[in-house]
Amino acid sequence: MDILQILLTDSFWAAALRIATPLIFGVLGALICEKSGVLNLGIEGIFVAGAMAGWMAVWLGAGLWGGLLVAAMVGGFFGLIHAMLTVPLGLSQHVSGLGVTMLATSVSYFTYRTALPKVSSPPKIEPFQPLDIPVLSDLPFIGPVLFQQTAMTWLALFMVALVWWVLNRTPLGLAIRAVGDNPDAADAQGLSVYGLRIGAIVAGSALMALGGAFLTMSAFDSFFFGMVNGRGWICIALVIFASWRPGKALLGALLFGAFDAFQVRLQTEVGAFVPSQVFLMAPYVLSIFALVIVARRAEYPRALLQPWFKGQR
Amino acid sequence: MIRIEPREAPSRWWTIGIPVVSALSALLLAAIPLAAAGANIFEAYGEMYKGVFGSTFAFTEMLTRATPLIFTGLAATLAFRAKLWNIGAEGQLYLGAMAAVVVGTGMIDAPSFVLIPIILLAGATAGAAGMAGPAYLKTKFGADEVVTTLLLNFIILIFLQMMLEGPLKDPMGMGWPQSEPIVDNAILPQLLPRMRVHSGLIIALVVAAVAHVMMSKSVWGFKLRAVGENAAAALHAGIGVKRTLIGAAVISGALAGLAGVSEVAGLRGYLTTDLSPGFGYTGIVVAMLAGLSPIGVVISAVFIASIFVGADTMSRAIGVSSYLADLVVALSLICVLIGGFVARYRITRTTKGDA
Repeated sequence: MDILQILLTDSFWAAALRIATPLIFGVLGALICEKSGVLNLGIEGIFVAGAMAGWMAVWLGAGLWGGLLVAAMVGGFFGLIHAMLTVPLGLSQHVSGLGVTMLATSVSYFTYRTALPKVSSPPKIEPFQPLDIPVLSDLPFIGPVLFQQTAMTWLALFMVALVWWVLNRTPLGLAIRAVGDNPDAADAQGLSVYGLRIGAIVAGSALMALGGAFLTMSAFDSFFFGMVNGRGWICIALVIFASWRPGKALLGALLFGAFDAFQVRLQTEVGAFVPSQVFLMAPYVLSIFALVIVARRAEYPRALLQPWFKGQR
Repeated sequence: MIRIEPREAPSRWWTIGIPVVSALSALLLAAIPLAAAGANIFEAYGEMYKGVFGSTFAFTEMLTRATPLIFTGLAATLAFRAKLWNIGAEGQLYLGAMAAVVVGTGMIDAPSFVLIPIILLAGATAGAAGMAGPAYLKTKFGADEVVTTLLLNFIILIFLQMMLEGPLKDPMGMGWPQSEPIVDNAILPQLLPRMRVHSGLIIALVVAAVAHVMMSKSVWGFKLRAVGENAAAALHAGIGVKRTLIGAAVISGALAGLAGVSEVAGLRGYLTTDLSPGFGYTGIVVAMLAGLSPIGVVISAVFIASIFVGADTMSRAIGVSSYLADLVVALSLICVLIGGFVARYRITRTTKGDA
C-alpha cells in the first residue's frame, strides 16, 4: 500500500475524525476561555478529571449521558477554581492554570486509587457505540467516515456550530468578546466583566472535560494513568493555530487527527526502517511547527493574560 | 461595595509568613481527602512525620529527594523572575541525564576530579540547549514558550525511549530499556555511609547560593528583574531584553539539566525513563512557594520533599494512596498564590457610589 492509497481509504478518514474528537472539545473550551481574556492551562488536568469522573460515574451506574453530565460538572468545578483565582483575584493565569492542572490530576488519581486500590486490569464500562443509521451508515465512504462514529463525535461537531453561533451571532458572544478585547469599554457599557469571564471559563472548562470523557467513554472503555498524554497542551497550541475561530479550530483538530492517523499507518509501512518513536514524536513536533508559523500573525484577544480590577484604570 | 486596592510595600513578615501559612494550610486541607479515604487523620499525619523525622535514614532520604527539587526550583525561579515561562524543566532534566550518560559511561577515562566536572558541564549544556530553542522561537517568531516547552517535554521523553532502546541501551541490561551504568569515577560521592544522600546536595546548595548572589547583587540580576517587571520600560532604559531573556533561558535550562546529572550520577547510577517522577513540574511549585527567592527554594524544596517522602511512608503504613502527596503539592501552589494576593492587596468596604 503506498501513501496515496492510505489517503483514499475510508478507515483512515474515520480514524482522523475519531482522533480529532477530544481535541475539538478541548480547542473549543480553550477558545471560549481565551476569548473572554483568560488563558486556561488547567486544560490538561481538566481532561484527566473529565476522563476519570465520566468513566467512574458510568461505572457506578449513572448511564452514559449521566456520565457526560458528571464530567462536565467536574470540569466546570475546576474551571471555577481557575476563574476565582484569575478573575476577581487577578493572579497569574499561567501559574494558576498549572496549579489547577496539578490539582485536577492529583484529585483524579487519588480518587481512582482510593476507589480501586488494587486491580490488575482496570475495570471496563460499556462505552458509546458507533451509530447505526439506516441507509446513511451504509453509504460508501461517507457512511464509515461520518455515520459510524459515536454520538460524542456528533456532539463535538454540533458544539463547533453552537460555539460559533453564540460567539458571533448573539449578544452574549459579543459581550464575551468585548471583555476579552477591552474590559474597560465593556465595563463602561454596563457589562459585568467578572461575571462574563467567570461564566466563560466555567463553560469552557466543562467542554474540556467532555474531551477527556471521550477518551474513557468512547475511544476506550476504562481509565488509565497518563492516558491524556499532552492532548490538553496540544489544544492550547491549536487555539493559536486557529486564530481563535471555531471553524478554524475544527479544521486544525481535523488536520491534526489526519496527521496522527496517517503516521500510525505509515508506521506499519516503513516501521522496519525507522524507529517507532519518530512517529510518536511527530504530532508534538508538528504542533510546535504550526505554532511557529502562525505566531506572528495570530490575532490574540487584546486583553488576554491581563488582569482587570473593577474601579481601577 | 467591595473594593480591591494595593497595599503599601508588603513587610518582611508577609514574605516569610505567607509561604509558611500556605504550606500548613495545604497540609490541613489534605485532611479532607484523607478522611474521605477512610483514614485516621492523626495516624496518617503521624506516619508522615515519622517518614521524615523518624530516623536518620528517613531524614537523609528526604534530603535525597530535595536535591533535584532544589535544582528544578532554581530553574523555575530564574526563568519566572524574567517572566519567561519555562515549563520544560522536566524535559531539560532528561536532556541533562542523557548527556551525563553519554559522557559518563566509559567514553572518557579520567580521575573523579576531572570526570565529575565534565559530566556536570555536559548535563548543564544539554539542559541549556533544551531551553535555548524555545527562547529563540519566542524572541524570533513570537511562539509562546509555555506551549513549546510543554510539548518539548513529551518530545524529549519519547526521544529518551528511542535512545534507551537504541544507541544508549545497555547490552548487559537483560533487554530492559536502560542505559549502561555510570563509571565509578563519574559517580557523585555519598555524604554518609549506608545512606543514599549524595554530594549532589552540596552542589545544589552551592548553586543556590551563587544564584542568590547573582540575582540580588549583580547587574545581570537587576536586568533580569527589570525585564520581568516591565519589559517595555527595560527596553526603553537600554536593557537588551532579548539577550536577557535568552540568558535567563540558558541558565534556567542548565540548572534543570544539572538535576538530571545529579539524579543519574548521584542516586540511580544508570538512566531509565522513570528517572524523574515529575521533578520538573514540582520545581514550579517549589519556586512559587519560595516567592522566587533562591534561598527560599532550598527551604521549600525540603518541605515538598518531606511531603513526598512522608506520604510514601504513610501510604505503606495505612494503605492510603501516595497520590496524596501530589494533592498536597498542588494545594500548596494554590494556597501560596492566594497568599500572594493577600500580601499585595487589601479588600476594603466602601459606601455605594464611592467605587
